[in-house]
Order: sequence, then C-alpha cells, then structure tokens
Amino acid sequence: MRKYEVMFIIRPDVSEEDVDKVIAQMESAVTLHGGKIEKVDKMGRRRLAYRVARCREGLYVLFTLEGTGDTVKELERRLKVSDAVIKFLTVRIDEELERAEKWKALRAKQAVRKPKPPAPATPGAEMQPIPVKE
Amino acid sequence: MSPRRGTSRQGDRSARPAGAQSGPRKQYFRRRRVCKFCDEKLDVIDYKDVKVIGQFVSERGKILPRRLTGTCSPHQRLLAVAIKRARNIAFLPFAAAL
Repeated sequence: MRKYEVMFIIRPDVSEEDVDKVIAQMESAVTLHGGKIEKVDKMGRRRLAYRVARCREGLYVLFTLEGTGDTVKELERRLKVSDAVIKFLTVRIDEELERAEKWKALRAKQAVRKPKPPAPATPGAEMQPIPVKE
Repeated sequence: MSPRRGTSRQGDRSARPAGAQSGPRKQYFRRRRVCKFCDEKLDVIDYKDVKVIGQFVSERGKILPRRLTGTCSPHQRLLAVAIKRARNIAFLPFAAAL
C-alpha cells in the first residue's frame, strides 16, 4: 500500500450540496477500490494562478489516502469524467515522508555528536577581564 | 583583457546581477549565505505552501537560480519539483504577466 495525496479543484459555480456530493462520490471511488481515505480537507475557495476551464477561482479539496495504483487509477478516471472537477494532481508521498524521516534521524545523530564544540567558548570570555584589571 | 581583471576581482558578486544594464536598476536578491531550508530544518518542501515556494520564483514566475537564493543543491532539486507541482495545480503561474 502506498500513500498518496490527491488534490483537485472544483468549479466555483457549483452549489454547496453538489460539492459535498462530488466529494462523497470520490471517497466511495477510493474505498470501493481497495483504498483507505485518511483525511479529506476542504481547503476552500482560492484564486487560480491562471485560468482553467474559463474559471479564475476554484474550490480546492485535498485527499490523503492509502491505496494501490489501481485505486488511484480509478479515482483519476472519475475525476476526469466529472464535470465539476476542473483540475487534479496526484502525488505519491510515502517516499517523501520516508526521506524526511531519514534526514531528521541524520540530523539528530549529528546533534548528539556536536554539542561539545560550543562549550570552550567561555575561555575567550575569561581572557577579557584580565586586561581590564590591569 | 587585462584592464578588466582588477575591477572584476573586487566587485565579483555584484557584477553578475548587474548584467542587465538596460532600464532602471532592478532590485535583485542579495545572495543568501545559507540555504533557507537547511537553516529552518525543513525536510519536506511542500507544493501546498505557496508562501514559502513563492519566494523562490521571479515576478515572471520563473524558478530563481541557486546563485541568487543561496539554496543548497539537494534542496534546490526538491524545490524545483515542488514549484512544478504548484504550477500544475494553479497555485503558481507558469508564466506571469508583468
């Protein structure tokens, strides 16, 4: 099972209920094809950086899900077919998360090794009072 | 060839951005010494936070080169991918009008 993030944009002129309907439909597409939805995030209305299907605005929705290639394939097919959805992007995130973990661990390891050098900073401070006394 | 040598040594860093001499002086990024992502310990460069990514594209929407922003090479690679994804989902423009 892999982790994916699927973001899609719904036309701004779709009514609230229809938006929820579209989202529910997409969720079922995932669950029916061996996937598991982890999070659904309605990011709300945003200005698009360029016009898409004659729209300047769009409703962003973000799915975080776990599934196989077939799950995503089916979801993307549904997104493509749906008239309300004007754009979508799928990103596989499990590898990225793993890499981030690795870097974090590496940094933690280095932090354990490093703390000693900053300590001898105090001798420098001791040097100064001596000329002042004289 | 030799008369230019002396001047280029001193103003090496400023000389390159000033290459575009036509028109009014533009505000160029002064080169950052450290990579922003290393500095703030951001391991993932997310295509969704436009605030961060937006700092690394020009007014025209182009990806800024490393020599201007100081980003380290591993992070620049991740950044480029993130910017391209952000463009794809209309967070950032492919080409912005000036």
